[in-house]
This record gives sequence, structure tokens and C-alpha cells, in this order.
Amino acid sequence: MSQEKRYWKSEIELKPNNGLDEIRNNEFVDKLPVDENIFSNDSVNNSETNRRDFLKYLGFSTTAAVLASCEGPVNRSVPYVVQPDRIIPGISNYYATTLFDGYDSANVLVKTREGRPIKIDNNKLSSYNGYANARLNASVLSLYDSGRVQGPTINKEDVSWNNFNKNIKAQLNSLKSLNQQVVLLTSTVNSPTSKKIISEFLNKYPNVEHIEYDSISESSVLDAHELMYGTRALPYYDFQNAKCIVSIGADFLGDWQGSNYDHDYVKGRIPNKENGKASMSKHIQVESNLSITGSNADLRIPISVDDQKLFLAYLYQKLSDSSISLKSVPEKLAKKIDYVYDQLLLSPSKSVVLCGLDDLNAHIITNRINDLLKSNVKSTSKVSLVRNGSDSKMNNFLTRINKGEIKGLIMNGVNPCYTLSNSNAFSEALKKLNFSVSFSMKIDETANFCSHLAATPHQLESWGDFEFINGEFSLTQPTIKPLFDTKQLEDCLLNWLDSENSFYDRIKDNWKNNILDSSTYWNSSLHDGVYSSKVKKRLVDKKSNSNLTNLNYSKYASELSSSKSEGYDLILYSKIGMGDGQQANNPWLQEFPDPLTRVSWDNYITVSKFDADEIGLKNYNESNGALNSNFAQINLDNTVIKAPVIIQPGQARGTVGLAFGYGRSDGVKEEMRTGVNAFKIYKGFSKHQKVKISSVYEIHEFACVQLHNTLMGRGDIIKETTLEIFNSKDKEFWNPIPKVSKNHIETAVNSREVDIWNEFDRSIGHHFNLSIDLNACTGCGACVIACHAENNVPVVGKEEVRKSRDMHWLRIDRYYSSESEFSSDIEKKENISGLGESLSVFGEMEEPSENPQVVFQPVMCQHCNHAPCETVCPVAASAHGRQGQNHMTYNRCVGTRYCANNCPYKVRRFNWFLYNNNDEFDFHMNDDLGKMVLNPDVVVRSRGVMEKCSFCIQGTQSVILKAKNEGREANANEFNDVVACSAACSTGALNFGDINNKESEVYKRKQDERVYHLLEYVGTKPNVFYHTKVRNIDKNKSI
Amino acid sequence: METNKNKNLSQSFKKLTVSRFFALVILIFSFSFNSFSQEVDIAKGKSLFNANCAACHKLNKNLIGPALAGVSAKYEKEWLYTWIKNSNAMIKSGDERAVAIWEEWNKAAMNAFPQLSNMDIDNILAYTDYVPEPVAVASTAVPSAQAPTAGSVSTDIVLAILILVLCILLTMLFMVNKTLKAIAIKNGVKFEDPKPLFKVPVWKLFIKNQFLVFCSVIAFLLSSAYFAYGWMMQIGIDQGYMPVQPIHYSHKIHSGANQIECQYCHSSVRSSKHSGIPSLNVCMNCHQNIAEYNGEEDLEKGYTKEFYTNEIKKLYKAVGWDEESRTYTGDTEPVKWVRIHNLPDFVYFNHSQHVNVGGIDCKECHGPIEEMEIVYQHSSLTMGWCINCHRESEVNVKSNEYYTKIHEELSKKYGVEKLTVAQMGGLECGKCHY
Repeated sequence: MSQEKRYWKSEIELKPNNGLDEIRNNEFVDKLPVDENIFSNDSVNNSETNRRDFLKYLGFSTTAAVLASCEGPVNRSVPYVVQPDRIIPGISNYYATTLFDGYDSANVLVKTREGRPIKIDNNKLSSYNGYANARLNASVLSLYDSGRVQGPTINKEDVSWNNFNKNIKAQLNSLKSLNQQVVLLTSTVNSPTSKKIISEFLNKYPNVEHIEYDSISESSVLDAHELMYGTRALPYYDFQNAKCIVSIGADFLGDWQGSNYDHDYVKGRIPNKENGKASMSKHIQVESNLSITGSNADLRIPISVDDQKLFLAYLYQKLSDSSISLKSVPEKLAKKIDYVYDQLLLSPSKSVVLCGLDDLNAHIITNRINDLLKSNVKSTSKVSLVRNGSDSKMNNFLTRINKGEIKGLIMNGVNPCYTLSNSNAFSEALKKLNFSVSFSMKIDETANFCSHLAATPHQLESWGDFEFINGEFSLTQPTIKPLFDTKQLEDCLLNWLDSENSFYDRIKDNWKNNILDSSTYWNSSLHDGVYSSKVKKRLVDKKSNSNLTNLNYSKYASELSSSKSEGYDLILYSKIGMGDGQQANNPWLQEFPDPLTRVSWDNYITVSKFDADEIGLKNYNESNGALNSNFAQINLDNTVIKAPVIIQPGQARGTVGLAFGYGRSDGVKEEMRTGVNAFKIYKGFSKHQKVKISSVYEIHEFACVQLHNTLMGRGDIIKETTLEIFNSKDKEFWNPIPKVSKNHIETAVNSREVDIWNEFDRSIGHHFNLSIDLNACTGCGACVIACHAENNVPVVGKEEVRKSRDMHWLRIDRYYSSESEFSSDIEKKENISGLGESLSVFGEMEEPSENPQVVFQPVMCQHCNHAPCETVCPVAASAHGRQGQNHMTYNRCVGTRYCANNCPYKVRRFNWFLYNNNDEFDFHMNDDLGKMVLNPDVVVRSRGVMEKCSFCIQGTQSVILKAKNEGREANANEFNDVVACSAACSTGALNFGDINNKESEVYKRKQDERVYHLLEYVGTKPNVFYHTKVRNIDKNKSI
Repeated sequence: METNKNKNLSQSFKKLTVSRFFALVILIFSFSFNSFSQEVDIAKGKSLFNANCAACHKLNKNLIGPALAGVSAKYEKEWLYTWIKNSNAMIKSGDERAVAIWEEWNKAAMNAFPQLSNMDIDNILAYTDYVPEPVAVASTAVPSAQAPTAGSVSTDIVLAILILVLCILLTMLFMVNKTLKAIAIKNGVKFEDPKPLFKVPVWKLFIKNQFLVFCSVIAFLLSSAYFAYGWMMQIGIDQGYMPVQPIHYSHKIHSGANQIECQYCHSSVRSSKHSGIPSLNVCMNCHQNIAEYNGEEDLEKGYTKEFYTNEIKKLYKAVGWDEESRTYTGDTEPVKWVRIHNLPDFVYFNHSQHVNVGGIDCKECHGPIEEMEIVYQHSSLTMGWCINCHRESEVNVKSNEYYTKIHEELSKKYGVEKLTVAQMGGLECGKCHY
């Protein structure tokens, strides 16, 4: 009986087929959440490899791997057959050249190693355009783009250049005989020789018309200038002596009018005391989007585009003392206009008003205001020629091509199928043409629809000459033998003209005969890259003064106040990283964090906090800190753009911003197809559109490198003061050295008594310091890219950046004030009483103000003399050198990451993965072409090691060695040019050198009373020092 | 007097031609060219030829100028004297034969040699007329070279036979022993098993003694660890690495026999981090004129004259040099040398720092290059090796202004006369690793 006795656990067991047996026999009834593909029963059973086979394979492959690793690889070394005279393997050669891609321009020095360009440096001989921005610094990588077109094609089939040219000549001749229209569509041509060749071409083919097209148009500025002064050019401004700069929507430290003004602008922004008094220029920025120019301004007035126009009209009204009926403005704004007007009149000849609005009236009024001020800042002898596109011509061309009146099209340096708002119609029209030629490096959006694709060389492989500013000529020379079978437009035009000459011959002839004076040789001008003409050919004020005074300015001004329609102001702008999107396939630029939002790999709609709440848009951080947002939808007529949102402090209410240059679809790698194409909404070539915005509930994941936006009143990270205090008070007041308590006595943190370490005597030999002037740093980011290029810093991709695994050795932190000013933040923090209040107040302080003060702070390894990272490394991979550098020995590092945890500045970067030769990171280090950009003097780090800024020790060592080889002492300022960041800095914000050399600039800077160290109270004694930011603010005047 | 002398000389010259056979016999026996020819001035002629003529002329081959063997038969002596002393004057004066030669050789001007006396020229001509008997030399050399090889073969055979005999003897001994034993057993002789030395086998005793086992295991582990460590520490150290190169370039000949300065070819060593493998145009500076090898041979290793000459041909092929027309064809083919000294990527080494600034002789790291037929890695190139040198070497501060101030201050600080590289900061990680 007892055997049959059963215990019931529940009543379910009474039921038949209750499923309990299954549970009893099978522990995991539900399928385990394993990777289906590998472990699913089917795949295991169907697999031809059984367990034994697997073990066999494993054994064999392990043995094979072991055997293979026994023998070292055989390295080949292939010398030249005939070594060129100037090339010594291991020594860099520099060539002066000029870069101009229709958008960016600069005179540069190109560093080449064994015939490979590896870095772009600034050309100091150039007095106007000698500084490369972040994009031009990165352009050396675009040279090694693996997606480049390798030869000419007709209907997507490879042909020889001979056949290609024959084919086009035949097409041209047949259209010529039929007298049918052909258009040569190029980006702005400011090359004297190219202009000549093009005009010869137009002479031979009268049916061809040349149209210049700027992807981001400056037509209204050119039109205004032409109307008033008779020349079609951009005004040139000389900021060196400016005392008051009022900019209305002009991002002149960014991309405004293809400008290169930051160097001159900063000269007036550094408060150097003379006789105990320092002076600075006053910079007032009136704008809608927060730009880097606005971030650097002393006073920033965020208003909508319509209000900006009114602002300008009122300024004119006051200055001209005329009575124009203008729409009334709110009292607050009126007060501001009064204030700005007063500022302008403090020293009118040294004041200037700049305008970045896409409005002819606005530019006429701006020019008029500057003329009325008799401003010396607006140059009377120089004009800028970097843009020449005309909207009316372009519109006319588009109508004709859509109608089918044009039969042939030759394009160079333009990508209209991407940059036109009605690109679909254009690409349809392209298909109907008899022939269409695209001179392009890539099979981009336009080349896709063209019958002929002419492979062009990169700028670094080309010849060329330019005149960016009248009378200032520059030359482009190849720095590498063309990598592919490519030809420039000019060479093809000469071929079509049946000329025997090459473009190079023509440039040389033209320069010898028409440009150079008798005392300058061609070779020396080629060596310098720049030539300043003594003959002033072009005069700005061609038209008589009567013409200028006869214009009806009141009409223009009143027209400024007329427009008003409902909706949000959309302001399209270009980001520092991407510009107009030509280099979208450049991973350095994609990974470059935007100076303001610190977001990489994306563009987005910027909205103000107020509007975001109104529309229901959100930014929030995930648990790992990564930034998410929802989408917004922009509607304009039939165009709909859906893009993620960034809530941007400083964005004017009622306005939103969106950056050009993203959303590329062709000719770029999969990873680089980021963001949305803002050109779709660039209607009528106007950057200002009235749009409707609604919220879309979809989540977007950003790769943002800075997650905390405010300083929470921590004045020891950014020290700043006002010019007034700076001039009137003691250093102790505005830049005190932090005190620590020892035996209840307050002692300065840098004194010997409170130091637990033994001081090392650094007075012998070199002692390197880096000085960073926060007044001079505009946040342009050229140093970030230069550092990337110099130090073989890997690109990690969006996903990794999102996980905070970005590898930038140098970052530019951007902080917003939470109150209207940073100083009020500190006050607010100091006045907290009690725990309860501290919680709530600190919570408030995490939110930036609606119109915050902004500050940029470049941060790299601080090379502390008492480095916290060194003491914790278990293998002594991080050690200090006598010259002040903190050495990171990669081959010693075992990857504990203890140093990174102990670093108060968070500047150490860990190689989570093998970024080179790894197809998971398909950027540039995994293909032979992209690897050519690597600097052979710096090791490419492997997985599992820490890396960080080395103070470009390869550069300092090379200078020292050069001095030794030449048997001399190192020059005072020699070191500054070999350190990537300080050499790239256009404003001189970064300066590197030997403080043991009393002659050096950095020594002089170290004596300045603005000097402070980052987190000085920690006692790390860094070798990087900062200069307190001084703002030119009048505290007393309430505006 | 001079003419008399000349007559005497020419007589002796004639004597020489008569006694050529006799001289050859002496040559074969002595193998010493120098000691022999002093009397007949051929040696002097040779050295004069090498010093003055060899740049443009060869004996049996056209170079920049014509081959000179037997030139005295083509022209009379007086004509040759004037031609050699100043050929240009002769051409200008319109001498027919002189102009003919001048035009035949692309109007290349020959240097004037006014410093040569007629006697010198006679010596040179004696050398150009002199024809050695190569067959005779070879025939004496060959048997002497073959003799030892034959000897070694025969000793091998003798050895093999001896071993065979010994083996046969051993088997016979064993067989005899076996049969004798069988006979003894049949005859009733009993064999006793030999008593074992220990009752228990040794290994069992050993196992029982745990202390001994423990100690020996430890000893075994330690010793194997020692050897394993030693073995593993040589991984990646390629000391002695001697790869076969695409062209057998002998440093022994260039640097040793011909005493060519290292930096003549490795010129970038002065200014660059790389010592630089010379580009082929550097080779052609000399090899335009040196198309065949005439130096010492190492027959045992097969380095004959033909072998070396063949390697020079490889150079010509790579650089695209056509020997016949003495022009570059433009058809080049870069030589892919095998790199011998490989430092890992994470080490920065700069030759100019060591050679130019430090004044270190190449041999200190690269060893006796002038004796290397094939170059091998002489030093270990380990970090310990670098560091040792940095610790011991004194910085070469002489007449280098860069060091003046630093040296003065540092030597005061350390209280030494001369600073080592280490005291100068040469042990800091970041100086070599970045």
C-alpha cells in the first residue's frame, strides 16, 4: 500500500495532460534567450560540422597558429631606384600651397613624408589667408578617400582620357553647329589663369555660358556691393583696430562669407596691460542661432530674423538721423538698440556693423551704416573674391534647364543634385541633356545622373592659382603624384581648345607675364605660395560718390521692417565640422564634436528651451549618460524634414536652426551617411525660412561628448572677470590662488609647505609649458583636427562615441552659465544655505540660462608635475620626464585604466578595440589608401592601452635633434611650430614652448597675472596653464 | 741621356716579350705578381694605369674610352706619347688619326696627362700589352682544391667498412655465446639467477621517500622554468638574423676590401632617423665603371668572380642600365631588400642622433660589417642592450653648442666631469616610446 501512496503537490496534478511532466523533465521550458543563429536546435542539427569535427578544426587551427607565430614576418625595405634630391627618407618636406574648394580657402604648408602629404600647417608668409580651419586641416584625409573615382567614365564605363576628350569635343562641336545652349557650371572661380582659360573656351564655343554657383549663396552681399560700389565682390574687414564690432547674424568666426577673420579679431580681444590699463574691443552679437561668434561676444542679443532686420533699420535711422516709418519694437529691444548705437558712436571710425542676413536691403543698409560711421574697419582698398555666385543667374539657369532649353552641361566643383532645394527636378533635367559632364572626385549625387564623369584630382594633387583678396595672389602646387588617373577641368578645357599647353604652363606664363613684378621670380613665388601685388588693379570705390548718396536708403530701410508672416524662423547655418558637406566622407570631420552642442556624427534642429516645451520636444540622458531626443518635423509648403532636436541655450525664441552639409547619400560610406539634408529646405537660396514645427514621437540617439553643460559655479575650472575689474582691482581679487589649510593656517596651494612631494629641479634643460588664453580661444576646433592628424588618433564611430569612448586627445569643453553670467553662478552657489536648499539650487544650476554666457576651454593632458596618474600605474607605464612631459609608454601599459580613474581632468583615452586593420571600424585605418595619412613618427596604438596627449613629444624631440645636429641651442619659439595644436591655432590662443628660455613667448605669457591652472587646488601643478577670461562688460549699465 | 735610357728600356721591354714564357713559368710557381714584376716595371705600369686610366679605360673592354690591350701595336710610341700627354692639342692640330679617334668616341675629350713621363707611359703600355696565362693558373689551382675533398670521401668509406666489420664481430660474439650456453645447459650445467642488489627496486625506494620526491620535483620545476624563461626571452630577438638578399651584396668587399666609408652609401644617417638603404643611383656612381668583379674569391662557398659579376648584372637589370650602349633604358625594377634590423613600431630610434650627434661608430651596434659577406644582426637590439649603453656612454658634447649650457649645469648638479646619456635624460620612457 505504502508504495502506492502519492503526495499531491497541487490540484493541477489531478488533471490529465497537465504539463507538469514537461516541467519536471525539462528545466527550461521557455526557450532560453540565446542567439538563435548559433544555438538553435535546427542550426546545430543541420550543421555538417559535428562536435568531433569542431574539435579537430580547433586543434588544427591552434597548431597552425602556433606554428605560424614561431617565425617572424619578413620585412621588405624598398629604396628608390633614383632618389630625388630633396627627399631623404625620414625627413619631412614642406610645400607651400593653397587650398580652395569653393567653400573654404587658405594658404597652407603641406607636410609630406616620403612623398605623402600627412598634415596641413599654416603658411606664415601669407598675410591674409594663412590659417587653415578644421575642415582644411582634415582635407588631407579626403585625399586618401578610398571611394574616389579612379578614372574618367562615359555612361559608367571606363574610358581613356583621350577618348573622353574626343567624345566631349564631338558633343561640343555638334551643339555649336546647331547653336544649342551649353552651360559650364562651376563653383566660384577666382583663379586668374582659370578665368583666362574659361574665357578662351567661351570664345571658341559661343554657345557656352559660364555660371558660377555657390552651394551656400552670398549673392545678396555681392549684389549690394555691386549696386553701391560697382564691383561684384564681398567687402573685406580689417578687425585689427576695431574697437566696437556689432554683428547682426554674421558668424564671422565661423563660415560667414568664407571668412578668415579670427586671427585679426582676436588681436583686439586680448587685454594686455599698458601702464596698468588694458583695453579690449567690444563685440555685440545680434543673432538667432547660438554661433561660435555669438559665444565669444561680450553682449549677445538673441532675437528672430525679423527683429534683426528691424534692429538694423533702427540703427540706420538713428545714424542717418532720417525719419523712416519703422514698425515699433518692444521697449526692451529698443533699449538695446540705443545701447548698441551708443557703443558704435564711442569711436565711430573704429566701429563696424556686420550683417549675415540673406537680404539685399540689409546689406545695402549695413554698407551705408559703415560708410556713415566712416569705419576704417571696412577696408576701402581690399575686397574679398571668395564668393561670386549669383542667385538670379542661377534661378534663370534652373528655369531654362527644366524647360529643356539647355542641351549640354559641364560641372566642376559643384554638386547641385545635393545642394539644390529642388534637386529632383534638376536630376530629371540632367537625364534629358545631350551630354552632362561632372568633374568630381566621387560618384556623388550629381555624378550619378551625368553621362560623363571626369575624375578630378584632389587639391593636394593639383595646380592652381587664386586671388582671394584683390591683389593678393596665391599658388597651388601638387604635393603628391596623382594617385589616380585624374585631370583638372582646366587641363581638359585646354585639350578641348586644342592647346598644347598644360594648365601648369599657362599658370607659369600668366604669372610671369601678368602677375609677378620684375623683381620676383616664379620659383620664389612658388616656394612662398603667396604673392602680394604691388599694383593695385581693382579699386573698390569705382562709382562716384554721387551714386552712393543718390540711392534711396530710406526705402531699403523701410523695406527691412516690412516682412512678417506667421511661424517659426528657421535659420540654416553651416557647422564648423561639415561646412557645405563636400567632405562628408571624412571620418575626422564626422567625429569632430560641434563646438557648441558637442554632438558628433549628426545634424539636428536647434530649438530654445521655451519653444521646446511649447512644441513638446525633449532631450534626456539615458542611464549610461548618452543623450537622446525626440524628432521634430519641419513643414514648409510641401517640403517636410524630420530631424532630431537639440535644445540649444541661447537660441532666440521663435527660431530654430538646422545645419547644412549632412544627409549625403552618394559617394560616402555607409557610416558617414548621417543627419538630414538641410539643402532641401534652402528655397530661393535664402537661409531664413518661415516654417511650421511639430513634434514626432520617435527617439533619436545622439553621440554627444559633453553631458554636463554648466559649471555649477565652480570658478576654479574657468576663471573669468570683467575688463572693469581687471583694470581696477588687484590680481588677488579676480585671480586668487586657492588656499588650503595647514595647521589651521590658510596657505596658498602652490607653496612648498603644503606639498607632500619632493620638488624636482626643472631649471636645467628644457621645461615645456603650454599656455592657453581663454580670451583668444574662439572654439574653432582646428587644433582638434590637427591633433588627430599628427598623432594618428583613431576614429571610433558613432556608437562608440555614444558610449563615451571617443579618442580625441584634445577636447574643447564648452560651458554655459546657468544664470545670465558665470559670476552670478558663483554668487548663487556661495549663498546656498542648508542641505535642502543646496539640493534644489544645484538642481537649478544644472540648467543653462536661456541666453547664457559661453566659454570654450581646450583641455588636453595637463602634464602635471605631481601627476596622479603616475602614482597609481602598477607597471610604471606613465612616467614623468625632466622636460615636463608626462610620458605614456604604450608598450608597457597593461590596461588597468587606473590612471584614467585617477586623472582629475579626464584626459586619458582607452583603446577599447583595435581600431586599425579592423573592418568593424571602417573609417580610414583599415585600407591601404587611408593609412597613408598616418604619421610615421608616432606609433599606431593597439587595443587595451591607454593613450593621451604627449605634448607632441615627437615634435619637441625633432627640434632638439635638429639643434644638436646643427650644433646650436634651440631657438626660443621653435617648439611652438611642431606641436600640432599650437601650430594650428590661428588666434595664438595656444602657445607652446620652453619656459626655461627667457626669450620665449610662453615664458612671457607665464609671467602674466591672468595665469591660473586648471583645478589648481588639487595640487597637481600642471604644465598647462590658462589665462583668465576677461569680458568687456559694463556691469553698471542695465540693458 | 734620356733617349739612351729609353733605348735601354725598350730593349728591356723587348727582352720581356722574348722572355714572356719564362716569366709565366715563374708566375705559376710564385703566385706573387708584385715581387716578380718589379724588375720589368709591369707592376708600376699597373698602378699607374689604375690611378690614371682605369676610370675611362679597361684592358679588354670598351668603357668610356676604347679597350687598351695591345694598343701599342696599333700606334707608334711617339704618337702615343704626345696623345697621352695632351690629346686635345693633337686634335686641334688636326692630326688625322687623333681626329678619327675623337669622332669615333662621341667627341669625348680625354684628360691630358702632362705629368706622365715617357717612362711612365712605357710602363703603362707594358702593362696593357701584358697577357697573363689564365689557363695555367686554373690548372694548378683545381687539383689542389680537389685533393682534400677526395680524401674525405675515402676516409668515410674506410670508416663505414670498419663499422660494418665491428657489427659482424659483435653478432658473431653473441651467437657464439648463445650456442655455448645451449651446449652447457644440455650438458646439465645450471645457471643461477644473479642476486638483485636491492630487494626493492630503486624507483620504489625513491617514491617512498617523500622528501626526496618533493625536492626533486621542485628542482625539476625550477630548472624547467629557468630553461623556459631563457627560451621565451629570445622570442622576438633576432640576433644573428641573416636573411638571403635579392642581390648578394657583399659588405666584406665594399666596406672591407675597398674601404668605402659607410656614410658614402648610407648618407641619410647624418640627418635622418633612417640609415637609409642607398638608392640604386648611388650604386651606379661606381658600378657604371665596375662591371665585373676582379677581387678575391671564396671558392669553398661558391663566391667566384663569375658569381659576383653576375650579382652586378642583377643591379644593372634593376636600375635599367644597358652595358652595351652604356645608357639607362628606363626599365627599372626596385630591389626588395630584406630588412635585417627590425625595431618594433613603438620604439623610436634615430640614426642621426647616435651617429652624427653622438659620434658613435657604426660598428658599435652593427658589428664587424667589413668582415660580413652577408650582413647579419650583430646586436640583440633589446631594450636592456639600449639602456646599458645609455648608462655607460658619455655624451659627446665637444664643439656642440646645444650642450654647452645644459652640460655645465647638469655636471655641476651631479658633480661629475662627464655626463652619461642616462644623466642627460636618456633613460626616460618617452624619449624612445611615443
